[in-house]
Amino acid sequence: MIENLDLGMVNWARAQFTLTAMFHWVFVPLTLGISWIIAFYHTIYVRTGSEEWKRLTKFWMKLFGINFAIGVATGIIMEFEFGTNWSNYSWMVGDIFGAPLAVEGIVAFFIEATFFAVMFFGWNRVSKGFHLFSTWMVAVGSNLSAVWILVANAWMQYPVGQSFNPDTARFEMQNFFEVALSPYAVDKFTHTTSSSMMMAALFIISISSWYLLRGRHVLMAKRSIVVAATLGLLASIFTAFNGDESAYRIAQVQPMKLAAFEGLYEGQTNAGLTVFGVINPDKKVYNDQPAFKGFNIHMPGVLSLMATRSFGTFVPGMKDLTYGNAEHNIMGAAQKMERGKQAVANLDGYRKAKKAGDDAAAATQLAAFNQNKEFLGYGYLNKPEEAVPPVAMPFYAFHIMVALGTLFILIFLCYLYFSLRNTLERKTWLLGLGTITYVLGMIAGQAGWIVAEVGRQPWAIQGLLPVTVARTNLTAGTVQTTFFMFLVLFTVLLIAEIGIMVKQINIGPEEN
Amino acid sequence: MIDQNIPHPWLVTRIYRFYRDGFRQMTVGRTLWKLIFLKLFIMFAVLKLFFFPNFLATKFTTDVQRADYVIEQLTQSAPGLVQPVKGE
Repeated sequence: MIENLDLGMVNWARAQFTLTAMFHWVFVPLTLGISWIIAFYHTIYVRTGSEEWKRLTKFWMKLFGINFAIGVATGIIMEFEFGTNWSNYSWMVGDIFGAPLAVEGIVAFFIEATFFAVMFFGWNRVSKGFHLFSTWMVAVGSNLSAVWILVANAWMQYPVGQSFNPDTARFEMQNFFEVALSPYAVDKFTHTTSSSMMMAALFIISISSWYLLRGRHVLMAKRSIVVAATLGLLASIFTAFNGDESAYRIAQVQPMKLAAFEGLYEGQTNAGLTVFGVINPDKKVYNDQPAFKGFNIHMPGVLSLMATRSFGTFVPGMKDLTYGNAEHNIMGAAQKMERGKQAVANLDGYRKAKKAGDDAAAATQLAAFNQNKEFLGYGYLNKPEEAVPPVAMPFYAFHIMVALGTLFILIFLCYLYFSLRNTLERKTWLLGLGTITYVLGMIAGQAGWIVAEVGRQPWAIQGLLPVTVARTNLTAGTVQTTFFMFLVLFTVLLIAEIGIMVKQINIGPEEN
Repeated sequence: MIDQNIPHPWLVTRIYRFYRDGFRQMTVGRTLWKLIFLKLFIMFAVLKLFFFPNFLATKFTTDVQRADYVIEQLTQSAPGLVQPVKGE
């Protein structure tokens, strides 16, 4: 059975999951972020009683509703894919994710079902205080609904608080708080939600800038911009600091990912952060070609500082992590593979002994398995080089994300500065740039996920389960069919969203 | 005589009317709801039903069988499976 596995299926299943997740991520950050900004607009309306703020709040609420409606349930498709394409993985992590995801879904559904209705239908029909409370609850509920899925993703990158049960083939949760509050999970949630706020601010700035360039809804646009730019600036600065914290965490638990997105093949002391560079596609861990083609710029020592919080320290490269580095006491993938294969062999021995009813042999095999189980995933690699993820994709994605994040801080500052000087309408160059910033924000958001997900290959669960074993034993053709069905479905939905959204933006806010 | 502890029926009516009037007054919302229902129909009645069966749920009837299958996948997927060594 195993020898007939179609390895092409893994790549199709990954492509399908990527397509679904990236499509889902078109909608999610806007929902998460704009719900907070609308709550601020609504609060200003309640405090000032100004009809203009009410009109403004209702307008952004309508766009929020469109985005929510088109995006709702796109994430469920990923759940379908887990059960069909990634059945081994789904079975193995069911104990960790199943119940919390279900509880979260129910809680989020009830919060959203209750307060969404009040937020949208409640104008002049419920008290202003309760209406405002509902708007804030929508923001809370929307963001809460993202908690456990991000915890799950963080756990896959840093699988803490679990123990593998060789009888059930499941990772069982040993400590809920260790899973839910792992530093990796906290970083992931805060980075995701703050960057979502940043993206929502860019969305508002894009549309408002377009209005200002056309001299339409000027007061609404200027007011929208001031609040969005203020919150966007705070969110983007927080995202930058939090991103740095994430990078530090990655250096501790996924050093191969850090080395990949920095294009660091040879470990270095006082390692520099690459500001600009073109990856040499012929460079591999096993050859001596240069990592970069031609001109590249590094900031000396900054990568060491980012990875270890200290200048002058050693940061391992992909070569060290693949073949080991005795001087720096780094175990390579080659050594981990030996122990991983031993773990697999003992797991097999345990299974056979149990079947034969030989409890003593089973206990012996289990004890041996437990000695090497943390390297289980390495047992499925064919060669140490397979532990190295693709380099170019996470490298460029990381640098695009950081460059755009820095640009956004400058854009928010410019918008605030010219708004305060009341000269924003005359800065057509800035308004022109502002109009496209939301697209740039989406690129940055997608790039962030590419860093996180491509950078962690070949692992579905870091060090424990490679994607080649996590998948279902299906043929590639089965997945190819649904891949193209999704492509069509998602394209139609995206066109529908853009169409409805553009129409409403053209109509603009309701007149008094 | 009216029991004061029983919730007033008009509260339920008010909630009903609140939703009913809200839905009636929708403009863009009508299109969005149609789109949501169409999407959910495609997802659950077509994709889930015909293209995304839960592999382990449909292939096996008990959790023990599913666990056995996954363990087999885990133990037979490793290239060059080594001989198990005895622990201490």
